[in-house]
Amino acid sequence: MPATAVYPEPLLRRVEVAAPVAAAAGEAVTQTGDVKIATEHVSISYSEKVAVRDVSLTVQPRSILALIGPSGSGKSTFLRCFNRMNDLIPGASVKGEVCLDGENVMDPQVSVVELRRRVGMVFQRPNPFPMSIYENVAYGPRRRGQNDRRKLDELVETSLKRAALWDEVKDDLRRKSGLALSGGQQQRLCIARVLATDPDVILMDEPASALDPVSTLRIEELMRELREAYTIVIVTHNMQQAARVSDVTAFFTMAEDRAGYLVEVGPTGQIFTRPTERLTEDYISGRFG
Amino acid sequence: MTATARPAPGRSMAPRPSLRSKTSRGSILADRVATVALWATGMFVLVLLGSIIVHFAVAAWGVVSPSFLLSDPSGETLGGIMPVLWNSIYMLVLTMLIAVPVGILGGIYMSEYAPDNALTGAIRFAEESISSVPSIVVGLFGLILFVDNAHWGFTALAGALALTFFNLPLMTRLAEQALRAVPQDERSASLALGATKWQTIRHVVVPLAIPGLITGVILTAGRVFGEAAVLLFTSGLGTPPHYNFTNFDLTSPVSPWSPFRPATTLSVYIYKLNSEGLGAFKNQIVDGSAAVLISMVLLFNLGARFVGRLLTRRMTAS
Repeated sequence: MPATAVYPEPLLRRVEVAAPVAAAAGEAVTQTGDVKIATEHVSISYSEKVAVRDVSLTVQPRSILALIGPSGSGKSTFLRCFNRMNDLIPGASVKGEVCLDGENVMDPQVSVVELRRRVGMVFQRPNPFPMSIYENVAYGPRRRGQNDRRKLDELVETSLKRAALWDEVKDDLRRKSGLALSGGQQQRLCIARVLATDPDVILMDEPASALDPVSTLRIEELMRELREAYTIVIVTHNMQQAARVSDVTAFFTMAEDRAGYLVEVGPTGQIFTRPTERLTEDYISGRFG
Repeated sequence: MTATARPAPGRSMAPRPSLRSKTSRGSILADRVATVALWATGMFVLVLLGSIIVHFAVAAWGVVSPSFLLSDPSGETLGGIMPVLWNSIYMLVLTMLIAVPVGILGGIYMSEYAPDNALTGAIRFAEESISSVPSIVVGLFGLILFVDNAHWGFTALAGALALTFFNLPLMTRLAEQALRAVPQDERSASLALGATKWQTIRHVVVPLAIPGLITGVILTAGRVFGEAAVLLFTSGLGTPPHYNFTNFDLTSPVSPWSPFRPATTLSVYIYKLNSEGLGAFKNQIVDGSAAVLISMVLLFNLGARFVGRLLTRRMTAS
């Protein structure tokens, strides 16, 4: 990549994604302004280093937004501001607004505990707790004070069924440790664990990058199913994956002093066939990044 | 791609030595030497521990019996070590009752809450320094503070508190290390599910740190069993009276339950017998006491690991 990359002007463009997405997904066009998440001028920096610059975009309910871009382009950092996981990183500061159903989650009055129950997260490396499968799924509900055995049983079963894992584990829910499962099963267990907290939004940070191709496809299938009921934001390095699963794609880029720019966001079909920006085209065709 | 491989720029075309050629004799030798040296070091430690155990097992053969464990010391006959054995256990429980909860809470603070600043740096420095202060100095401090200035005299409580000075920093440090060793991923997973910080500590971090915490408890407890210098000046070194186990009067010097009585422990008793050198059965009693002390330490360590495993199972699968 040349040291002095030529950036198109304007660097940021707000693309209204509501109508084209619904059309692309082959559904009735939803009302414009049907927005689950909206970010307004979000900038994130770690002490001196800026990781995300002035990003504004919207996510429709029951859609999948894919964040793509080269390593270091700030897409994971951006993802983590939706459930305020950046709060845990010393020196990280977030400017701008992130609205969930119209409420700014950056507001100091917002309870992060409540927020994270509404916005669940699946990590890159499957990280089930070293507990039984049952206790892994029951973890969230138990922390909310749910101790009714029958309700927990029911919740564990429905969550595992939704995560397409029930049939594989139903016989030793309580005996088998979550860590004894295969990588792909562990990741589906982590998804079940999130579903059990009854979220609206699920964030996935490269959820399949540590998995084999078969497990990856199962996770992708699962995402398409979950999309019926949840809003999903996924970070991925795998462009085929973004093209296969997402409704909308946002392309972030990086260069010296330019890390974390949102170059383009739009319906996935359009981003991958007729991108507006040169940078996007170069990236998706493998010429850079 | 062509069939004949062309050399990459900067790479020679010279034929490679046979895989069977012995060009690396020196490094193979170094490898063997290292293997033997490391093995020998490990064996040395094992043999050392083994020979201590064997020595005292042989020396104590015929001395340690139920009556040795259960009777009072006697001037003329072999007698027993019941009161000092009881005192060792009593002091252990009393000290651990303070050191374990406070040490674990301190460790949680240092690992999960404390910011990295000059104050916490000073706390860590103090923890390490106190642990390396000679124990006789800690005993002297306990003597001045509790025995003299507080007018408690030689008491079990003075000994336990002096031991706590000595042990609490160690327990806190080991607890902090055990908690820090829990991967950050586990905390993130719990917090991302909407658990509070305390719920995360209580249900994820502490259960995963239990093996490390148990190691801390074992090392701390080992010092209570073994410590003589701290206790000489604080809980006393007199020959204990006959304890009346039905006496629950905490002001009575013959109540074994009272923390306000002198309490000579097994280690102190060994020191005392060996340095006074009186009594017909002195050597047998010392050997027998040493064997009992070693057995207690080993039993405690095994017991603590067993309890640790049970706790982990209980806490991770409620």
